[in-house]
Amino acid sequence: MPRTSENRSRDRLDGQYAEPRFGNISKHSLRRPANSGGTDFAAIQESDDFVAVRRRFRWFVFPVTLLVLAWYFTYVALGAYAEDFMSRQVYGYVNMGIVLGLLQFVTTAIVTVLYGRYVRRRIDPLVDQLREQEGADR
Amino acid sequence: MTTTIAAGAVGDPTTTVSVFAGFVLLTLFVVYRVSNRNTTASDYYVAGGNLTGAQNGIALAGDWLSAASFLGVAGAIAVHGYDGFLYSVGFLVAWLIELMLIAELVRNTGRFTMGDVIGYRMRQRPVRAAAANTTLVISFFYMVAQMASAGGLVALLLDVQSKFGQAMVVVAVGLIMIFYVLVGGMKGTTWVQIIKATLLLICVSLMAVFLIGRFSYDLSGLLEQAAANSPLGQALLEPGAQYGQTSLSRIDFISLAMAIVLGISCLPHIMMRFYTVPSAREARRSVVWITWTMIVFYLATMLLGFGATALVGSDAITNAPGGENSAALLLAHRIGGSWLLGVVAAIAFATILAVVAGLTLTASASFAHDVYANIIKRGKADTGSEIRVARLTALVVGVLSTVGGIAAIGQNAAFMVSLALALAASANLPTMLYSLFWRRFNTTGTLWSMYTGLVSCIVLIAFSPAVSGRPSAMFPSADFDLFPLTNPGIVSIPLGFLAGFLGTLLGKKDQDPVKQAEMEVRSLTGIGSGLKEPQRA
Repeated sequence: MPRTSENRSRDRLDGQYAEPRFGNISKHSLRRPANSGGTDFAAIQESDDFVAVRRRFRWFVFPVTLLVLAWYFTYVALGAYAEDFMSRQVYGYVNMGIVLGLLQFVTTAIVTVLYGRYVRRRIDPLVDQLREQEGADR
Repeated sequence: MTTTIAAGAVGDPTTTVSVFAGFVLLTLFVVYRVSNRNTTASDYYVAGGNLTGAQNGIALAGDWLSAASFLGVAGAIAVHGYDGFLYSVGFLVAWLIELMLIAELVRNTGRFTMGDVIGYRMRQRPVRAAAANTTLVISFFYMVAQMASAGGLVALLLDVQSKFGQAMVVVAVGLIMIFYVLVGGMKGTTWVQIIKATLLLICVSLMAVFLIGRFSYDLSGLLEQAAANSPLGQALLEPGAQYGQTSLSRIDFISLAMAIVLGISCLPHIMMRFYTVPSAREARRSVVWITWTMIVFYLATMLLGFGATALVGSDAITNAPGGENSAALLLAHRIGGSWLLGVVAAIAFATILAVVAGLTLTASASFAHDVYANIIKRGKADTGSEIRVARLTALVVGVLSTVGGIAAIGQNAAFMVSLALALAASANLPTMLYSLFWRRFNTTGTLWSMYTGLVSCIVLIAFSPAVSGRPSAMFPSADFDLFPLTNPGIVSIPLGFLAGFLGTLLGKKDQDPVKQAEMEVRSLTGIGSGLKEPQRA
């Protein structure tokens, strides 16, 4: 985990560190993030790489979010309207409601892992490429 | 040390107080040590943005796991069984929304507050004012709930029954918390949260392992014993114990579930934590960390809740001073005597301190950065005066929430938190999603959506049975409960979305395509934000 010490300028002013340079803000916190080095955002927005990033991001995130919510609200609605089903015992005193609740834990873990993997493979490399072109990491 | 639960202090107050005092001294020392320089706005608000994802993830857990979600959820499970379990599931699933839709985009787009994100491509002043309004209202609700539960907790531990004594405790909490924030800024607050979250997790995990071990690792056996010790019997494990089974109570149940799952991702103090990491990928790591943390925590809480019923019994819990909220404490006392009780109580107390400190910091940042610096000074304030205003605001907010906490002693903390969540989901979520994902969204839409969500939510709460008309309401003698649901989420959340949509269609077309492009590119890639992504090997 590299600590980003490089964005704290080394020069000391009256014994204090200069402010970390976020978004070219060196003096105070209020200036709107300046257009660093005249970046043409409209051009990036049109570029193939960016369109791909946006498409891949939305293609995963929107449907998965809807699925997660649908699955969660199904569980809630079953609890509200299908007591008999939820009270059915599955294993000893462990009933359907508790099993489905624990399944929510499992699906949450799975989605977290899948999202991380998807973004690392399909989106991060493209973003790195775009940032490279714009010199965002210099 | 007696094992019978007498109507008095639980356990030995001396042990409890000494463990707690030790904890407070430790955190005060840490806050003092790490706060060597809060000279810039960035240091004060977001710890210089230099935390790692893991640190921030644990601190997020410290920020989120309030007294309501620790004592309240364990108590709800102990007394109402399955219906309390719904809270755990909702609190967990909500982090997926945070992970996929909010965390990284917020980190790339804003700097200190929610106003930075939603004001990015809109008219600055009205939008920032709206953001500050929702932030202050939500944070205040949340804080009062925490402060009030501090009073209740002490009633249980030290047998302080007088209103005056409890008020003094709330004042003490307020003072310590103000010290954390004024001296430590975000860095100090973060370390308090990290220490507290670590202790809390270790503590609940060990208790849970011990419990399930007592039932020879058989969940079914634990549940059987719990059902045997509850007046509900088998019904403890089935839906409907708390919410009943009328058609209205079912809708109320769904409304609560909706507020929980949609509200967490847009709580101002949670969003602000993402600005403390140096890049979007670290923000993503934070959420992954907190998700694992939450899975462990809520599984443990489920075991603790049912375990409390199995070992202590439902009746003993409801009759203890502090009622439901005492379940985890009584269980600790049963397992490990006074000493463990002292530890759990100290952690619960620390929980309140860490959460209110985070909230105070968020409220003060929102006022100083959005209102003072951007609206009053129109972006021409110098850092020194902005931090001065932030510290002054923290003091004022701290005092106000202490007063509010004293007024609300005895109110149900988990319930008040659920209202804060409904507010966040109605006022903040629609605006956040629209401004991040909808190209045509404009200033009118932003304002309509935020104010409609906020006002409709507050009005519906005011006319709900939670405020009047029931014996358990805030004003049991009054009778203006015109709206039948205790949680307004199911009405006010869609209203917030609808108002944003209509406002955008009917309002002035003031979208700036250049700004829109900038925001979209920046939110997905971080280009233009000045943030550095760590180079991947």
